[in-house]
Amino acid sequence: MKLHRLLLAPSLGTILIFMALPIALTTLYSVLTPAQHGGVIWQPSGEAYVRLMFERDIFDDTLSFNADYLQILGRSALQAGFATILCLLIGLPTAWFIATRPPAQKSLWLMLVTVPYWVNLLVRTIALLLMLRDEGPINGALQSMGLTDGPLPLAYNNFAIGLGLVSSFLPFMILPLYAAIERFDFSLLEAAYDLHASRWQAVWSVILPILRPGLIAGGLLVFIPGIGSYLAPDILGGGKTLMLGNLIGMQFQGSRNWPFGAALSTVLMSVTLIALILVARRAAREAA
Amino acid sequence: MQDHGDACRLTGLGRTYGRGASAHHALGGIDLAIRANEFFTLLGPSGCGKTTLLRLIAGFDQPTVGEIAIFGRNVAGMPPEDRPVNTVFQHYALFPHLTVAENVGFALRMLGRPRTEIAATVARMVELVGLEGMEKRRPDQLSGGQKQRVALARALAPGPKILLLDEPLSALDAKLRQRMRSELKALQRETGITFVFVTHDQDEALAMSDRIAVMQGGKVQQLGRPEEIYEAPANRFVADFIGGANLIPARMGPEGAVAEGLGTIPATGTGGAEVTLAIRPERLAILPAGGHQPGDLGPLTVAERIYMGNELSFRLEGAAVPLHVTLPRGGLRGALDFAPGDRVALRPEAGAIRLLAS
Repeated sequence: MKLHRLLLAPSLGTILIFMALPIALTTLYSVLTPAQHGGVIWQPSGEAYVRLMFERDIFDDTLSFNADYLQILGRSALQAGFATILCLLIGLPTAWFIATRPPAQKSLWLMLVTVPYWVNLLVRTIALLLMLRDEGPINGALQSMGLTDGPLPLAYNNFAIGLGLVSSFLPFMILPLYAAIERFDFSLLEAAYDLHASRWQAVWSVILPILRPGLIAGGLLVFIPGIGSYLAPDILGGGKTLMLGNLIGMQFQGSRNWPFGAALSTVLMSVTLIALILVARRAAREAA
Repeated sequence: MQDHGDACRLTGLGRTYGRGASAHHALGGIDLAIRANEFFTLLGPSGCGKTTLLRLIAGFDQPTVGEIAIFGRNVAGMPPEDRPVNTVFQHYALFPHLTVAENVGFALRMLGRPRTEIAATVARMVELVGLEGMEKRRPDQLSGGQKQRVALARALAPGPKILLLDEPLSALDAKLRQRMRSELKALQRETGITFVFVTHDQDEALAMSDRIAVMQGGKVQQLGRPEEIYEAPANRFVADFIGGANLIPARMGPEGAVAEGLGTIPATGTGGAEVTLAIRPERLAILPAGGHQPGDLGPLTVAERIYMGNELSFRLEGAAVPLHVTLPRGGLRGALDFAPGDRVALRPEAGAIRLLAS
């Protein structure tokens, strides 16, 4: 083996042991039988996947369609999609601003984007909750200014979850967009104006299509962790609206149905993977 | 010159960057009238202001002072997209996500022209620049010369009144550059559009232009036809920049200009005045010293013989500055040859020596 291949060994080993094996194990668990108090019995069973869409009658074993879990999946996708669009609307101007600063300033701005990561996600999420609470500073300020009579319901709802997702994942949108804008050849913009494009036409016909790889990368980096997010729904949603991440968590904690939790994870992973493959194939087709 | 015959009229045009002591005057007081249907070249070294001038006409930049009129219409404050002017960019600036046909049709799409018209114009432009069959390709699948043609077709498609070309040939290799010169000139004649061409390459300028403005230091140093610029340079800068003339310091005496090591060159002027003699290297004959005739310059010593295939060049020493003489190969003159150390004399062609104020 050539020496330079050894350079890859630590990361390949890490990926194998801490990513590939756990994923394989999760997939395997999803087709086993749940044990009484967590864990699995090594007996093959498709029951976990049946449960995704059907309810089994406890008396006569008949199956009836049950959309509860699909709804949770749909709700999570919707919530993540919403957060992705918000991140895009906030991230694009921000990334544009940073990418067009003089080189010496860029690194400072980029560092500021990563500042939230110096604080643990749990702490940040709880801090956000403190801000949004009925007794929090936002509601306090609104009421003391006489703008609202009572506290606005800012915490423990979908709004709070969305805000949590946006604040957690915004840098994942800004950084790939920044990289794309940084590479953007600004003479193309002059060419567009020269060829009689208005500002909006230049944005739609030149800037957005050329930034598309960055938009897609940023979108995926927000959407994928967003759809499976656990902390934001748990803390900011107050556990009232069940999201996919919490549903999966519950199977390994409270309700102790490991195969079902594993099946949910496998479905989530597969959906993500299929989406990624579709995006990659489309990008490859366009590059050809 | 009346306003209507001019494609573009620049009056007192200036562009200053920065303020106060650190201000940089990129352009100062340019007055130019570019005629309709003319191939007009802005020629000068980098930093001379030629690209700034082009960007002012295109509308990418606004003048600090002065006026630009395009076909009699003042375009102050008019954004680039509204000007009847299109640009061929130095590095083409083709849209990488669009095909050749989509690039060429871009302007017409932006203007909201009907599909059938766009398709017809694109087909005509693609044919004009000889890119039939390449319509579906993307810029990264094209060679440099093909990109160049797409850039031309794209800029011509909306039917500009003036086409601005910003060093469009500089990214091409030498052979292709030669061919594109002829093609550009032919294209200009065919379309009848006013071309404003920016270059730092004097050969390009001389070969293609109807008129040339030689620029330096944000000012026009000389304006004229290629022959005028080359044969009768107005000052030291033009003489040196175009064709690299020998510039020899001299002082006016009673019988003409006296140059160290060369003798007296018949000329009239104020006695004692410092002047510069400009002589093109190819307008000097080189002879063995000895058979000296009146009017011959020298004697000088051959310092270097430089063989360049189609011509033979000598560096001569003995005057105030080293002199260069170029002989075409072949013919009778080509039979003459000298080696370093040989003593020679120079015989200028009639009218070859120009007297420039120092």
